[in-house]
Amino acid sequence: MIDKSLFSPAQAVADIPDGAVVLVGGFGMAGMPTELIEALIDQGARELTIVSNNAGNGDTGLAALIGAGRVRKILCSFPRQADSQRFDDLYRAGRIELELVPQGTLVCRLEAAGAGLGAIFTPTGHGTLLAEGKETRVIDGRPHVLEYPIHGDYALIKAHRGDRWGNLVYNKSARNFGPIMARAAACTIAQVSEVVALGELNPEAVVTPGIFVKRVVRT
Amino acid sequence: MSDGAAKLTREQLAARVARDIPEGAYVNLGIGLPTLVANYLPADGDYFLHSENGLLGMGPAPAPGLEDGDLINAGKQHVTLLPGGSYFHHGDSFAMIRGGHIDICVLGAFQVAANGDLANWHTGDADAIPAVGGAMDLAVGARQVFVMMEHLTRGGASKIVERCTYPLTGVGCVKRIYTDLAVIDVTDQGLRVRELVAGLSLARLQALTAAPLLGGI
Repeated sequence: MIDKSLFSPAQAVADIPDGAVVLVGGFGMAGMPTELIEALIDQGARELTIVSNNAGNGDTGLAALIGAGRVRKILCSFPRQADSQRFDDLYRAGRIELELVPQGTLVCRLEAAGAGLGAIFTPTGHGTLLAEGKETRVIDGRPHVLEYPIHGDYALIKAHRGDRWGNLVYNKSARNFGPIMARAAACTIAQVSEVVALGELNPEAVVTPGIFVKRVVRT
Repeated sequence: MSDGAAKLTREQLAARVARDIPEGAYVNLGIGLPTLVANYLPADGDYFLHSENGLLGMGPAPAPGLEDGDLINAGKQHVTLLPGGSYFHHGDSFAMIRGGHIDICVLGAFQVAANGDLANWHTGDADAIPAVGGAMDLAVGARQVFVMMEHLTRGGASKIVERCTYPLTGVGCVKRIYTDLAVIDVTDQGLRVRELVAGLSLARLQALTAAPLLGGI
């Protein structure tokens, strides 16, 4: 019998090594896997590269991981916000590296990784600072920028319900990056509000099929 | 403006933009001032508001006490979903944007150039922390990009310029500019003034604007 559900966030994140590339779901705090991140802080991994839409909000979740000094580099689209002080302080002190990526480009780089594509050409960002030095190509008369996949070693995501095969459904706008990050990481860990029996999730409504998920933890 | 021109308030500007959004349009409203446009879309029509973080058919703010942390807009404010609305992941959301499925996007701006270049994400200041979000995707992907902004900066400088001095968000992407003084189309011939607020002459608008304007009302 295959049972991907684990008892605790600590167990789920125990093997994340120093230097890992970790995809962190969420848009602001909606979909933020706060309990998994707290377990990762306790676990002690350092020098992490984080991929997430934001660079932490307030003092919990990703902001706490950044504030604890565990993040060497972050790839995100929208770091600066009214409540991103943990990131702001480290960035201004030169203690965290930022790769700013347009949100849709962050998305399609993750999608390319999950779908096994070598790279993508996107019109987004052409002619801007964020495309400087990148290869471009005119396709159908329109300039595009070459962008490479972002592969995660781990993805930490939050879903609403899951089962022991790793199938997931989400809640409202907390879905955001979860399904695409789940596909882009070698090991995807989902925290869920409820683990249900096989068959309880409507197969027509499963958003992330279990093949993309290695571990499920109820929090 | 000390010459009696009736500068639009933020609300009047939002109402003016809303008048140009047809029923049935799929619309993305940027963070800040553009968000106000939603308040002026006719309540008896079907307007499909899209939010980058995975909402179509976005509704107004919830009643106090009914906020749901899992139901927010791109500005991370609490919102609701209309009957018929849907949730989706970021891949679908940016396929809608980049794939040309969004009819109209309304963005704020630091500067718009005469050729439709848009600058709205970064002042370029050395100590500024840049944040771009979905603006570059919307700039290239929406079928029509409307800019909505005050005509002048707080310091009185024109936000409409011959060439942007701030880093660009998108090249030649703006179709129409709505300011508190005028409605201006970006055309192949240049910036064509479509409307002026009451009491404002084209000559006076030109004097306040750092790019050549064409008449055409």
